[in-house]
Amino acid sequence: MQFGIFTVGDVTPDPTTGRTPTEHERIKATIEIAKKAEEVGLDVVAVGEHHNPPFIASAPTTTLAYIGAQTSRVILSTSTTLITTTDPVLIAENYAKLQHLTDGRVDLMMGRGNTGPVYPWFGKDIREGINLAIENYALLHRLWREDVVDWEGRFRTPLQGFTSTPRPLDGVPPFVWHGSIRSPEIAEQAAYYGDGFFANHIFWPASHTRRMVSLYRRRFEHYGHGTADQAIVGLGGQVFMRQNSQDAIKEFRPYFDVAPVYGHGPSLEDFMRETPLSVGSPQQVIERTLGFREYVGDYQRQLFLMDHAGLPLKTVLEQLDLLGEEVVPVLRREFAALKPAHVPDAPTHASLVAARDAQPPLVEEGLLEAGHATEGTRA
Amino acid sequence: MTTVVVISAGISVPSSTRILADSLGTAARDHLGEQASYDVIELRDLAHLITDNALTGFPTGALADAVRRVAEADAIIAVSPVYTGSYSGLFKMFVDVLEDDTLEGKPVLIAATAGTARHSLVLEFAMRPLFAYLRADVVPTAVFAASEDFGAGSVRGGSLSARIDRAAGELADRVLRRGTTLPDDPFENPTPFEDLLNNGPF
Repeated sequence: MQFGIFTVGDVTPDPTTGRTPTEHERIKATIEIAKKAEEVGLDVVAVGEHHNPPFIASAPTTTLAYIGAQTSRVILSTSTTLITTTDPVLIAENYAKLQHLTDGRVDLMMGRGNTGPVYPWFGKDIREGINLAIENYALLHRLWREDVVDWEGRFRTPLQGFTSTPRPLDGVPPFVWHGSIRSPEIAEQAAYYGDGFFANHIFWPASHTRRMVSLYRRRFEHYGHGTADQAIVGLGGQVFMRQNSQDAIKEFRPYFDVAPVYGHGPSLEDFMRETPLSVGSPQQVIERTLGFREYVGDYQRQLFLMDHAGLPLKTVLEQLDLLGEEVVPVLRREFAALKPAHVPDAPTHASLVAARDAQPPLVEEGLLEAGHATEGTRA
Repeated sequence: MTTVVVISAGISVPSSTRILADSLGTAARDHLGEQASYDVIELRDLAHLITDNALTGFPTGALADAVRRVAEADAIIAVSPVYTGSYSGLFKMFVDVLEDDTLEGKPVLIAATAGTARHSLVLEFAMRPLFAYLRADVVPTAVFAASEDFGAGSVRGGSLSARIDRAAGELADRVLRRGTTLPDDPFENPTPFEDLLNNGPF
């Protein structure tokens, strides 16, 4: 199982001091946080994409390339890539380039974004959100898999004899997750392609996440990619820890109370009960996180939101120490002990290359179908 | 089993809005026959949860339960006090919590209370357009009760009770014609991906 962090790149005043970091400080902090994530043994660093204040999350591949140059092991991902308003040709090029530069340490999470004006700013119609996500990804999927693409759709100028460069590293496109808080269409899309499905998880109750993941798993099996419990699931999470749980609650509460998204609303205690937010001791975070498996099944990727709501860099780095030293090693061991052998790990570049090379290319389709008919023949 | 859900946005206890809500619920049940029941959602009890929902985007606890009951109801009776020339803010906040398609095609009876009959057209100029936007099937008779309507004898005597009876009859008639329907569950029956790929609204 993979563990990591995801950020939305918000520039938020620290409510305990009133100080707002500069964009420069926040951008540099993002790099420090990513390097720390690798140092403490996490597997994934995902950065968001926004095109408006108070975020510093534009140009995600620039950020990821810079992180990639200063790390050697951590997988670079997105949370999310705006598949609706970004030209799929640019996504194909940018992330294939990033794949080469980082020797395959790249995957992506597609999302539709939640800022209405982004659509008109990029010349799109928000009412077409789902249709944009579907058509743009269909094109991106082909650009990474076919050397020469002829294409015509509704939302961008047609392509004749177009080759997206560079071609994906080793001829294997980056693995893609589709992220959604609440759209069943996106779970359906992830299932259709056999891609990963990432449930944001942190802003809504567990009962909702369970429905989304269950739909994705059922449809993943329907489309013949394996059994439902072999589908590739990722979850968000949100934690704040101190050795003494009361210290954690006392320190985090002022940040929670005025945080973007849910601030000035439910109490910290109510929000902890209704959503996966865990504020307490490392042991409490471990127990809560292990509980996610009870309603989504064995899953492949757990990302934590650690650096939002104005938390100072120093605190975030301390949190990552706790996460990497006390929480993740236990979670790794416990989740691994619970996971049945036929449930796969999250795909990586190496595993995707190996899977591709294991199949004679000309009869690939036939093999896949044989694999569907009798479970386990591919193993 | 036919279920009518009555939404009452009255704030005071006891409230004339709740009295009207119960009268309408009882009348609807009488028109629908022995198999019918009605069930009241008091928005006052949900006010904090409704505010939380406005800020977080999801309903919890008793509010989640109320939203589910509205979605599963065969008909809705919506009763609000008139505040500042319109339905109350709490009433609108609850309606805002509902998914856009929750009330689509659902029979709805609208009603309101106020201190004076001068507010009676609030039903036609504010409440009916709200439910028209939600594509609800709003019955033609809307029931308005001013304080004076509760004055001369019981609610069930005089013209208010005649209006209640007519509106409840219209509601029952819609329910019986429509039959019992449950909303589509996109998690149980997702749109197949091929349709998503091919059926964009060209």
